[in-house]
Amino acid sequence: MSVKGWKLPRLGFWWSVAGILLVLLTAIAVVRYTKGLGAVTNLTDGFPWGLWIGFDILCGVGLAAGGFAIAATVHVFHLEEFKPILRPTILTAFLGYALVIVALLFDLGKPWNIWHPIVMWNPRSVMFEVGWCVMLYTTVLFLEFLPVVFERFRLGKALKLLAKVSPLLVILGVILSTLHQSSLGSLFLILPHKVHPLWYSPLQPVLFFVSAVAAGLAMTVVESWFSRRAFGRPIETQLLARLSRTSVVVLALYLALRLRDLVGRRALQSLFPLTLASWLFLAEILLGVVVPMVALASPWTRSSPRRLAIAQGMVVLGFILHRLNVSITAVEAATGYRYLPAVPEFLVTMGLVALGMLAFAAACRYFPVFPEARVVPEPEAAPAKLRQAVVDA
Amino acid sequence: MSRGILVDVTKCIGCGSCVEACQEANGQPPHEARHFDSDTFTYLMDRGNDVYVRRLCMHCMNPACASACPVSALQKTAAGPVVYDPSRCMGCRYCMVACPFGVPTYEWNSPTPRIRKCEMCAKRPNGPACAEACPTGATVTGDRDELLAEARKRIANDPQTYYPYIYGEKEAGGTSVLVIGPKDPAALGLPTAVGTEPLPQLTWRALKHVPDVVLFGGVLLSGFWWLTKRKEEVAKAEGRYRREEDHER
Repeated sequence: MSVKGWKLPRLGFWWSVAGILLVLLTAIAVVRYTKGLGAVTNLTDGFPWGLWIGFDILCGVGLAAGGFAIAATVHVFHLEEFKPILRPTILTAFLGYALVIVALLFDLGKPWNIWHPIVMWNPRSVMFEVGWCVMLYTTVLFLEFLPVVFERFRLGKALKLLAKVSPLLVILGVILSTLHQSSLGSLFLILPHKVHPLWYSPLQPVLFFVSAVAAGLAMTVVESWFSRRAFGRPIETQLLARLSRTSVVVLALYLALRLRDLVGRRALQSLFPLTLASWLFLAEILLGVVVPMVALASPWTRSSPRRLAIAQGMVVLGFILHRLNVSITAVEAATGYRYLPAVPEFLVTMGLVALGMLAFAAACRYFPVFPEARVVPEPEAAPAKLRQAVVDA
Repeated sequence: MSRGILVDVTKCIGCGSCVEACQEANGQPPHEARHFDSDTFTYLMDRGNDVYVRRLCMHCMNPACASACPVSALQKTAAGPVVYDPSRCMGCRYCMVACPFGVPTYEWNSPTPRIRKCEMCAKRPNGPACAEACPTGATVTGDRDELLAEARKRIANDPQTYYPYIYGEKEAGGTSVLVIGPKDPAALGLPTAVGTEPLPQLTWRALKHVPDVVLFGGVLLSGFWWLTKRKEEVAKAEGRYRREEDHER
């Protein structure tokens, strides 16, 4: 492979923004590791978890949920027509988890002890489960993406070997994801007095899991749309529309669970008097769940990639709002402590998002992430052919 | 025996000897203590009318912090104290989030931060320095069961002075530190939203399902994989069969 084959990225506006963010990220890292968390965050003893936990960890993991959902669709349920979107989704999930680990290296007080849960056990701790799930599932995602790397370097034997264990990997990935997504919700079970009733629920693990599936599917659609704009890839409108029908069902299930839980705990009355928290709750439920659910149920929305991306973008934003509401709004409302992230906290978060996008773009440039040609025929084509065959017979 | 501490607010004169002794025993510079921080493990709340309420780690019987800690850096010892091992700690701060009493604090401005809180002087041969220093017997230490009996006796013998409630007997499933006083806990400024259920139970209700998710999830997913794979194979075989038929025709 000649050096010329590796095209250098063009220096556009977004590249410059990303570059500046990465420089700032490095500078903040230096301060954080020499002066401690207090020097770069607004965290306090009363509010020990902030934006990095609420967004980088809780949202990062949730938005990567497309990885296991699509992998299960293709490899466990054998709906092979979804194959064209599998690789970019796995890549997104892997990068998402890698960034979660980077965020943890920022947020943990003593990140060099991050491996401790491997040898120092406390199976009664949700955080212990979270730690193991991050480690194992990141490994699984790496192995799930590895075929793309092997393909790129034409390592046929290794490719075959991986293909053999692939179903096992996918099943393991789904189980680990289920545990991980739900356990992030379980983290909040132990603080009933520190979370506002609109967001404290014994069902939290289930709610986190279902909403993560919705967010994962939404992210897959949004990311396909962006990939088309950025890399000029043909968009799989048909597939994204089918995926979005599934989204409607998942969102409906989530809404039913959420409302059933709120009514069952008589928590809806804590909506009044209307405070900022109440409005954030309404925005989360109405704009993040109800509106996109109704929109995606209509064929008009599903017929245009742009409208699909907008509706699913609302799901993504609603999901982010939910996680931030659970980890920040609800804790503020219940404890009376105030927290507004410091500028470096925002910059690190933005820097990590930029890092993820750069890595995604780089991976797409150098590895066969998007299959060149469509291998699988349109889903409608197969039954039609079959019917024809029956008539012929 | 399981060590406990009994704080009798009616006997406290607010002299601050306990605070001083605590700072000295923990090697902290002497300073005024108004709330928990990385150098303050105990302080007195001035509730007016010569009522001083002492705050310190409650040393829960079933501590949320220890159950939350992924690496067991925090542990409830059989001797009573909830102790901390900084060499295990990763600094995730889940203990701080989990504690219903707002006790654990963090060294925010250190590159090698520790969680900080009262350890009931677990390593001190003479037991808690605060109890040793208290001139009036407002803070005493001893076996928790005996202290509980003592608290009940004091309340029964002097119903005029004491509000009939032992804070810590049932809070968060019971704590090794007990507080009695002239008013109800809310009036004394103690955290009252804690409830009587041991908080680790709330987590366990979800966490206990993990093995089942692995077992049944594994069986179900493998089953779906196998079933849909069969379907595909059958479809393939049928396709072949049809092609052969076409051929014959």
